[in-house]
Amino acid sequence: MQESEFSFELDGTDLPFEPGQSIMEAATQAGVYIPHLCHHPDLRRNGSCKLCTVKVNGRFGSACALPAQAGCTVESNTSELQEMRRQIVQMLFVEGNHYCPFCEKSGNCQLQVVAYHVGMVDMHFPPFNTARQLDASHREMLLDRDRCIQCARCVRASQDLDKKNIFGLAGRGMNIRLVVNSDSGLLGDTDFSSADHAAQVCPTGALIRKDQAYPCPIGSRLYDTPISQHTIRQDARHD
Amino acid sequence: MYEHLETAEKTQDLSRVVIEPVSRVEGHGKVTLLLDADRRVRQARLHIVEFRGFERFIQGRPFREIPTLVQRLCGICPVSHLLAASKACDHFVIGKAKITPSAEKLRRLLHYGQVLQSNALHFFHLASPDLLFGFDDDAAHRNVVGVINDHPELGLRGIRMRKYGQEIIRILTGKRVHGTGSIPGGFLTPLSTGNRELLLRDIDGIIEWCQASTALARDIFLSNQPAHTLFGQTESAFMSLVDANGAADLYDGVLRVTGADGRIMVDGHQPSHYHDLIREEVKPWSYMKFPYLSSFGRQAGYYRVGPLARVNNSVCMPTPRAEEARREFAAFGEGKPVQATLAQHWARMIDTLLCAEVIRELLLDPDIVGTDLMTSGDPLREGVGVIEAPRGTLIHHYRLDDDDNIQFANLIVSTTHNNRGMNDSVRAVAAEYFDGREITEGLLNRIEVAIRAYDPCLSCATHALGQMPLVIEAISPEGQIQSQLIRHADGLMERSPA
Repeated sequence: MQESEFSFELDGTDLPFEPGQSIMEAATQAGVYIPHLCHHPDLRRNGSCKLCTVKVNGRFGSACALPAQAGCTVESNTSELQEMRRQIVQMLFVEGNHYCPFCEKSGNCQLQVVAYHVGMVDMHFPPFNTARQLDASHREMLLDRDRCIQCARCVRASQDLDKKNIFGLAGRGMNIRLVVNSDSGLLGDTDFSSADHAAQVCPTGALIRKDQAYPCPIGSRLYDTPISQHTIRQDARHD
Repeated sequence: MYEHLETAEKTQDLSRVVIEPVSRVEGHGKVTLLLDADRRVRQARLHIVEFRGFERFIQGRPFREIPTLVQRLCGICPVSHLLAASKACDHFVIGKAKITPSAEKLRRLLHYGQVLQSNALHFFHLASPDLLFGFDDDAAHRNVVGVINDHPELGLRGIRMRKYGQEIIRILTGKRVHGTGSIPGGFLTPLSTGNRELLLRDIDGIIEWCQASTALARDIFLSNQPAHTLFGQTESAFMSLVDANGAADLYDGVLRVTGADGRIMVDGHQPSHYHDLIREEVKPWSYMKFPYLSSFGRQAGYYRVGPLARVNNSVCMPTPRAEEARREFAAFGEGKPVQATLAQHWARMIDTLLCAEVIRELLLDPDIVGTDLMTSGDPLREGVGVIEAPRGTLIHHYRLDDDDNIQFANLIVSTTHNNRGMNDSVRAVAAEYFDGREITEGLLNRIEVAIRAYDPCLSCATHALGQMPLVIEAISPEGQIQSQLIRHADGLMERSPA
């Protein structure tokens, strides 16, 4: 197969890809942003948040999980998909308890910036106001389940990269929740460390360092400028 | 003086006049007047009708986010809450150690900028229409737009003074409202030399404007004597922070209380022991508590806070022009604290002049561009932070649980200290102006003028969650009360079938 044949069309533009790459990986490599939350370039594919849903040859699919295929036509930046993404983000906001005004991750939070990107201006749905446990038992790290979106990034990072298997998702549907693999269920009773990969990959403020308060001043935070072409590769690796 | 007007005995025969909402103040409140058949005032109350719950819902949150969280109490004076909470939470990081000189000076710069903008907002946007046009002016004209139309230079001055204070806040915290900057243990980012030059460029002009505004407030107050002195009259002690020499200090110091006779009742009181000094009374008709000096009792322990208290309490101002203005103010009191409700505007402008002069001193201090902003120490589990907010002494008190989360929180907000003062002034105006007269808009505005003089922040000051007396009634479809659940002021619960 010729090199030129390893390409597909994304929103009317031909993008090259390397065999085995997902649509998300090819788009990111080309500097095209497809909204996502559970996807992380260092982690195995998950495809759970559905925010990166695109239309491939007219059918819905997750850009992070679907391999790029030569000659296929992919739609991403359409009003239909943006509306669906907005509703997904709104549902994530009402499921958890996300208070951006005082969250230490504000400005560096992927959920927040995606909400801005998809044009979310209110929660639309009534908030669940669920009572979720805050786990401050660990010496270095805070686990604030109010901000958890069950993306399983920490679960995958802990299992695959750290080889510790500290986190897991328990329950189903609306009752799904992040659990900690210790007899007490507390993070303080594990060998979790702030140096672990799992401590670096949370897209929200659910897992943050305890000893830093608002480490980046307003104006210097990652998302103080809107997501644009020049930050996409940085974003993909940063969070 | 008018305590007998707090509660009327037989209310069923009285007619009710309500002012709701009280306009040109922060937050929401209402005034109720009960009048008898001869239009004599029998009861007058300022009710705070908002309900907040910060003291409760920050429990369980990590202490490092508390300063940034609690500043959401207010959109006008958030910096005061940010700094009071930072001072309290410093104890959880550095214990009894002090933050670095640069960090403290940046916090001071932030605070004085905030007080300057808040005072300018109040004087020019909220209070000046009454003072310039008179209490009986047409309500459609008696507002800040009227000021800008009739006195464009003055209106613009107020806007620019406020803007300068907000610029300080923006530069130091990233946003004009609700930024981040002050954190437990120090300050987040240094002030760049470029931004220092930017602020220095305009400060001399701001000082001139503040001095002119002080003269304006003084002239207005003195122009109609003795009416302006007698308006909304009440007599109280005054509490504020002062430094070790008794000079005004808005960021730190010790608590001083001066009695109405001019004698010092309390001096050198450590702010961390505020609970030995103050007790709060809850009344069933307001969401705002009524603090008093516990060792003096409810009556003799009546005190007020704010710019009037700061100017009355200080033996001197730490800057020359503000000190000159303070001396002129003190001379009016003839050896006693000035009590006049409307003199608060004059005192507030002296306060503003002080802020502008201190800002200049801070900007010229080499430490202000220092980069050593965080320090360490032996953490404690409990902390109290006290600061002089624009409206007076602000107290934040927190205690931690074993996981460094907030276990206990108590906030005594500036306006709360003035609850009795505002109610007294409302009653004085009601008794003075309303008895036997036809009620007009101008008369009702006089009530609001008395409240406005305190520059109350009503939304900040409502924290009675869990302590308010409540009555819950189950009512049948026929309108009959079937059962009652009553919570008394002392927290005792009582259930009774109707």
